[in-house]
Amino acid sequence: MEDSILIQAIERYLEGTMLPAEKAYFEELRKNTPEIDQMVVEHNMFLHQMDSYSDQRNMKHALHDIHTKLLERGDINEGGELSTKGRVIQLYNKYKKVTAIAAIVGGVIALVISGLTLYLSPASSNQIQELKREVESVKRNQQYQGAKLKEVDSKLPKDAVLTGGGSGFLIDAKGYIITNAHVLKGSSFANVINNNHDEFKAKIIYRDEVRDLAILKIDDEDYTALKSLPYGFRKSDLDLGEEVFTLGYPRNDITYNKGDLSAKTGFNGDSTRWQLEMNANPGNSGGPVLDKNGEVIGVLSTREKQAEGVAFAIKSKNIFKLIDEVKDTDTSVQKIKIVSHSSMKGAERSTQIKQMENCVFLVQAFNKK
Amino acid sequence: MKAEFTEQALLKGLANNDSKAIEALYKDNFNMVQAFILNNNGSYDDARDIFQEAMIALYEKAKSDSFVLTSKINTYVYSICRRLWLKRLQQIGRYSNQIDSFEETVAVEEDLEIHEKRNAEFAIMDRALNSLGEPCKSLLEGYYVKKMDMQNLAKEFGYTNADNAKNQKYKCLIRLKKLFFAQYNIGE
Repeated sequence: MEDSILIQAIERYLEGTMLPAEKAYFEELRKNTPEIDQMVVEHNMFLHQMDSYSDQRNMKHALHDIHTKLLERGDINEGGELSTKGRVIQLYNKYKKVTAIAAIVGGVIALVISGLTLYLSPASSNQIQELKREVESVKRNQQYQGAKLKEVDSKLPKDAVLTGGGSGFLIDAKGYIITNAHVLKGSSFANVINNNHDEFKAKIIYRDEVRDLAILKIDDEDYTALKSLPYGFRKSDLDLGEEVFTLGYPRNDITYNKGDLSAKTGFNGDSTRWQLEMNANPGNSGGPVLDKNGEVIGVLSTREKQAEGVAFAIKSKNIFKLIDEVKDTDTSVQKIKIVSHSSMKGAERSTQIKQMENCVFLVQAFNKK
Repeated sequence: MKAEFTEQALLKGLANNDSKAIEALYKDNFNMVQAFILNNNGSYDDARDIFQEAMIALYEKAKSDSFVLTSKINTYVYSICRRLWLKRLQQIGRYSNQIDSFEETVAVEEDLEIHEKRNAEFAIMDRALNSLGEPCKSLLEGYYVKKMDMQNLAKEFGYTNADNAKNQKYKCLIRLKKLFFAQYNIGE
């Protein structure tokens, strides 16, 4: 039997297309001829191999086609520019449910939190911080200054209790000092210490809790009034980005800080204040904020708790308003004369500081036991 | 239960060469594998190769009589790809222990052994077929791979009738078989 005819027969046998009589004959042949039996087995196996070969080849081909198709549609992407959009859309489609749920949950949480925050807390105390010095810190300074402040005991009544502290500065060379009302909170009298560690007794002559301003008058024989103040008070408006600086007592030594005017209103749009891009610390409260010409633009008072380097200053025109209002009723205030001219204009910053540092005081507030 | 049914349906579709099922499987699993390969020193081409090989392995498994898939399809595909890629990295000497993987995996070693054996057989058949020369190669491909009937094959190859084509096909098949078994038995 020729090979190809035999193979043909085997194939027909394996396919099951033989007629019954033919099939019986072939099976008989298989039984009696081991070589043919072996050929059948071998061929069967080979056809299986052929089958799985063609299946695999066809599948590879199909996968290749699908890959190309999905790439074109943007369902998958291989970093090409065209499919980037597809990728985004595909990611969006994939996660849109999750995103929507997350957004809703996030929104609800945000609403609840903001609601609770509004409900539970007065905004000012939570979000802004007064820059007065805490008692402990002031006490430490007293101890630190130790020998230098020998007069402290003599000038203070024995039963004096420190309640707080901050900075203050002269608004009139005769010894009138302005500071924040919150620096003097809970106190009945104060003393002020200048940069040379000279200490003077001071009287609290006026407090305006709303404006957060207070006026002190140095009431001490040792104090020699200056002829005039080196700085003036600016009445005109400021421009954003104007450079400003402050002097104050966040520590026992006078400290210089500079910054820029970052907004014409204070926290939550408070029009009585400037917002400054400046690092202010507790103790800076009540210090003067000046522009580059050495004109006072405000009184440093608070800083934002949530943001680094954001401080607020009470606009200097509030000082004028305060004095105008009080003049009629308070005779001691009548004597205050505020000058707008600054003699420090055009001077270098270090010179300006030297000229004015004796006008800025560490304010210590006391109460009786 | 519905997802399970869908997965079963997908695998059945895959076994029957249903292009919609294959496309769905491709779409559902490719991006995960691509991300994995790209995150582990692979290229887009590597990702495609590895994923398609895994799909072939899944296809073979789905076709086999003893087929049971004990995990979700994506876990299975990911596990196969992970093994394949680790092996590839080892081969090119870029193996690192720190393969980046956060997905759940299942044991696929046995399946991969079967798959590798099939791959070897495929390579032998491919080599045998390619060394046949024309027209034998195209004739056999036409009949066994493209599943064309003898009538059309005869027409395409210019035989005067289907019987002649059939006769020629058998002759070619005998040659192929010899070539295949020569290699196959060495391989064993």
